[in-house]
Amino acid sequence: MSEKKVILRAENLTKRYGDKEVLKNASFSVREGELKILIGPSGGGKSTLLQCINFLVRPEAGRVWLDGREVLYHRKRELYAYRQKVGMIFQDFNLFDHLTAVGNVEIALIHVRGMDREEARARASAELERVGLREHMEKYPAQLSGGQKQRVSIARALAMDPVVMLLDEPTSALDPELISEVLSVIRDLRANGMTMIMSTHQIGFAGEMADEILFMEDGVIVETGSPKKLFNQAECQRTREFFLKIVEIYGESR
Amino acid sequence: MEELFFIQNDVAPALWKGLLVSIRLIVPSAAFGLVIGVFVGVLRVFGNPFLTRLADLYVALFRGFPLVVQLFIWYFGLPHIGIYFTPYVASVIAFSLCSGAYHSEYIRGALLSIKRGQMLAAKSLGFSKIRMIRHVVLPQAVRRALPGCGNEIIYLIKYSSLAYMITCIELTGQGKIIASETFKYTEVFMIVGAVYLVLTSAAAWGLHRLEARVRIPGFQH
Ligand SMILES: Nc1ncnc2c1ncn2[C@@H]1O[C@H](COP(=O)(O)OP(=O)(O)O)[C@@H](O)[C@H]1O
Ligand SMILES: [Mg+2]
Repeated sequence: MSEKKVILRAENLTKRYGDKEVLKNASFSVREGELKILIGPSGGGKSTLLQCINFLVRPEAGRVWLDGREVLYHRKRELYAYRQKVGMIFQDFNLFDHLTAVGNVEIALIHVRGMDREEARARASAELERVGLREHMEKYPAQLSGGQKQRVSIARALAMDPVVMLLDEPTSALDPELISEVLSVIRDLRANGMTMIMSTHQIGFAGEMADEILFMEDGVIVETGSPKKLFNQAECQRTREFFLKIVEIYGESR
Repeated sequence: MEELFFIQNDVAPALWKGLLVSIRLIVPSAAFGLVIGVFVGVLRVFGNPFLTRLADLYVALFRGFPLVVQLFIWYFGLPHIGIYFTPYVASVIAFSLCSGAYHSEYIRGALLSIKRGQMLAAKSLGFSKIRMIRHVVLPQAVRRALPGCGNEIIYLIKYSSLAYMITCIELTGQGKIIASETFKYTEVFMIVGAVYLVLTSAAAWGLHRLEARVRIPGFQH
């Protein structure tokens, strides 16, 4: 089988807050249809890395390529166009509180992509149906459970037809019994060939689904490899310690 | 009986005329004030440093100067540099700018209360800053600011009575003329006061209705 093409590539992303370097020369690339999973202790820089990728956080240095083209993020137009192609899922959902589920999904279709309202409504409904929220379309965020909110946010991102998705601990804010409904949506995305980078503490899910795991600590991507390799024979001492501990805490459960 | 005739023949027509002038002062001032308030509030939170400073300065000035002084400046002061306004126009300008300064405070507070995460989400979907403000931030901020802005409009109804100080003869002005012609100060001003009470109550009721209409389940005000 021939190698799939690289969808997203980042090189030497660096971010400082004050004189603290929270992201140090992070580089990686994702190929079409791959799921890369970021794992590492809290404060290790996972969110910063993900937000630097679509420039919600401005890196001090580093370059990003999408589909082989460098993202010239200092040009506003280009930045906005790029962000449309990169879906982002946040730990605490970040739904728009004043809009219903379907309103959340269609608003960017209307005001960013310039779709007419009817078409946007149809597309938004279809996306919500796809994540199993057909009956909840007219509900406001406050009327939805955490798992439902996260699925709305996934539908909202998917409606923009992204070529890659960034998921920042999508299940960390959820009650345990709601985690699986979100993970199963992500599993479906993977099965349909969506390219994704996701940070998570769900070690079981990572082991089962990831093409590659990136272990991240203190702003550095310490080690990269297949789940099997990182779980069982990591090269780096820190990686081994971390995986021992996380398996203890989060178990092998999904 | 005589009293009633007096009210019917002399007071009512004059006050009615005054009331119409008051309404013509209040409605546009409230509308312009709100527009200015939203605009300035947004600049104060999302503007570049220069615009933010400018907007802060505007608010400091127009909240700091007594309103009567502002009226005097617009009407008596500006002619000295060759700018002339009719009493009515000078009043509307003064009221709008003063009201706008206060509205901007409420809008600013409401803007600052919108969760940052929602703005990140909007940006991640490709919203430009202006579109994000227009479609994500303001619809929420305006709802949150509504009680404060409503209060400001009720104040405006009352301070519109200052217009007579620069000879824009509205409700209070008419009341003062009749009262000094007839010496029935108590009766006339009781009626004038009652009319303002009706106006402010109507405004309060309308604002309440509006708040109820735009209420969203679970959305904290
Ligand atoms: N806005 C900020 N200002 C200052 N420090 C920050 C900011 N955001 C994150 N940090 C710091 O950057 C480091 C990495 O944070 P983060 O990327 O959120 O890690 P993770 O997602 O892996 O938990 C942490 O030490 C955090 O305190
Ligand atoms: Mg994080």
